[in-house]
Amino acid sequence: MDAQNQERAVGSVRAWEIAVGAIFLAFGALVVWDSQRLGAKWASDGPQAGYFPFYIGCFIMIASAANLIQVLMSGAALRKAFVEWGQLRMILVVMVPSAIYVFLIANPWLSLGIYVASAIFIAFFMRYLAKYSWPKIMAVSLGTMLAFFVMFEIWFSTPLPKGPLETLLGFN
Amino acid sequence: MQEIQSLIGGFAVALSWFNLMLMLAGIILGVIIGVLPGLGGANGVAILLPLTFTMAQQPGGATSAIILLSCIYWGALFGGAITSILFNIPGEPWSVATTFDGYPLGQKGRAGAALTAAFTSSFVGALVAVLLVTFLSPVVARFALRFGPPEFFSVYLLTFCAFVGMSKGAPWKTIASMMLGFALAAVGIDTVTGQLRMTFGFTELLKGFDFLIAVIGLFGIGEILLTIEEGLEFKGAHARLDMRVVLDTWKELPKYWKTSLRSSAVGCMMGIVPGGATPASFMSYGLAKKMSPDGEKFGTGMVEGVVAPETAAHAAGTSALLPMLTLGVPGSPTAAVLLGGLMIWGLQPGPLLFVEKPDFVWGLIASMYLGNIAGLIIVLTCVPLFAAILRVPFAIIAPVILVICAIGAYTVHSSMFDVWLMLVFGVMGYIFKKLDYPLAPLVLALVLGDRAEDSFRQSMLMSQGEVSIFFANSLVGTITVLALILLFWPVLSRGIDLLRGRTSSGKE
Repeated sequence: MDAQNQERAVGSVRAWEIAVGAIFLAFGALVVWDSQRLGAKWASDGPQAGYFPFYIGCFIMIASAANLIQVLMSGAALRKAFVEWGQLRMILVVMVPSAIYVFLIANPWLSLGIYVASAIFIAFFMRYLAKYSWPKIMAVSLGTMLAFFVMFEIWFSTPLPKGPLETLLGFN
Repeated sequence: MQEIQSLIGGFAVALSWFNLMLMLAGIILGVIIGVLPGLGGANGVAILLPLTFTMAQQPGGATSAIILLSCIYWGALFGGAITSILFNIPGEPWSVATTFDGYPLGQKGRAGAALTAAFTSSFVGALVAVLLVTFLSPVVARFALRFGPPEFFSVYLLTFCAFVGMSKGAPWKTIASMMLGFALAAVGIDTVTGQLRMTFGFTELLKGFDFLIAVIGLFGIGEILLTIEEGLEFKGAHARLDMRVVLDTWKELPKYWKTSLRSSAVGCMMGIVPGGATPASFMSYGLAKKMSPDGEKFGTGMVEGVVAPETAAHAAGTSALLPMLTLGVPGSPTAAVLLGGLMIWGLQPGPLLFVEKPDFVWGLIASMYLGNIAGLIIVLTCVPLFAAILRVPFAIIAPVILVICAIGAYTVHSSMFDVWLMLVFGVMGYIFKKLDYPLAPLVLALVLGDRAEDSFRQSMLMSQGEVSIFFANSLVGTITVLALILLFWPVLSRGIDLLRGRTSSGKE
């Protein structure tokens, strides 16, 4: 079982630690570089715009370097799996539709608006993960969206992104 | 006894029908948020904060808004216990310690007793903390009126050093995540010079990173991803709470007065010095286990093992508002979000708040008393209802929570870019959690970044760039030294142990 899990692991904790540490280091360098560009010294009227961020960037670099050294020095303890393939699959099942959902709300080609997109999103989950019957799916997804519509557009008068359907129904 | 008078004034504000209704709504919403995976105190408040923008514009509206949001916070504190005891799933990080004895009690068929003990001790912890807030915060605020920029910066320093020194995890990770928060806070237009910082030509970055988006992404989406990874299946004891069980448990509880008192003290301390509710609950559980005569039986379902963490968590969560109100330094992520709310509504948190907006401050404090009483009654009577929420299948609840997060992120600035940003922060939160990078310091730094930088700059202007200004007088010097002691506390305590020669007897 253990060997099998090892095989299906997507990267070890160690590998991810190193990757994240390196990204931190690069980000710190970016902050330092940008602060230098703005000027991180003392002007005639006081500290320049990059004065404070410069030190922040330095701290990020020091901390990430320390983290990296610690990871590189550590032994087998960090060799365990970061995430197993089955788990990653579940995460992708959530993240990929979420990204498509956000894309559907508003994009340069066909923006559906948040209500229609959300209804589709909920329907997809109910069908894909739990195989609900269509009448049930329609009831839950449309009911939820109707409730949200009343709540945001009417009670709180907080306009959310709308699409062609709402225009058709005369809401703007 | 000026405090009593002010408090009575506060009750007059809080006891309007509108505010009472908001209080109830807040508590109920809060418990639901606390029960649901992926929604917690911090991001629940963050999602609802934009909806209070218009409310806060009306006269007295800011008080109503803070009552609503703080009651969501109390509700979430209560709600975390329900899932821990019935389903062995801590709805909130601070209820992890509640599962140790709460879940075994539930398995033994004493779920009712465990729930009653949890709610009652939550209430006791909160009450002690509110009393502390009532009588201590005016004193602290009056004292802090003398603070100038160097003093404020040293208080911020103290806050952040406490995070590094007190955290259980790797100190360099805490520092890295905290500094990332500061760096993200600096993105956008610099308020003093008007220059663009770290925008790299992207117009979306002009307004900088909003902490609300970060909170919704890091805590909301990140938490959902973690929950999904573990595979969700709720199997739990059925909840029934009848009056008999409640009364029987109440008869048993006074036995544990020592544990209650100790846990309240631990909680208040950890809440004021930013440690937060989670470590407070663990610490208090550990102490109770060590000191109780039944310590050996902890973990098998002892009522005392539920009392200890719940009292401390609620005391810490409540007292976290003390430094937020008096100094503008929040003691927990949720308090940080509330602080951000104050700033958005145009209120300046800090000592002047007590002078300039007494209605607001005392209305809030009075609502803390009322909210916790209302909360106790609601949770005791409605447990089955809240537990039923967890029986809604995951395939429905997960997308609905994601939709709520997306709407919450959009409403902050009516911007789609923020919704994308939320997804990115979500992935980041997931990876950070898995690698033990703490999220709380990141959020706190993001909220406090601009204020900390302002006070640093002003101090530097006062001293013409000399760092010695942070040691210039006894007040600022003491705070700075205290901050440094806290920062190096792990090293210092090891040194003290070495001096005492303890390492020879017990090596870890």
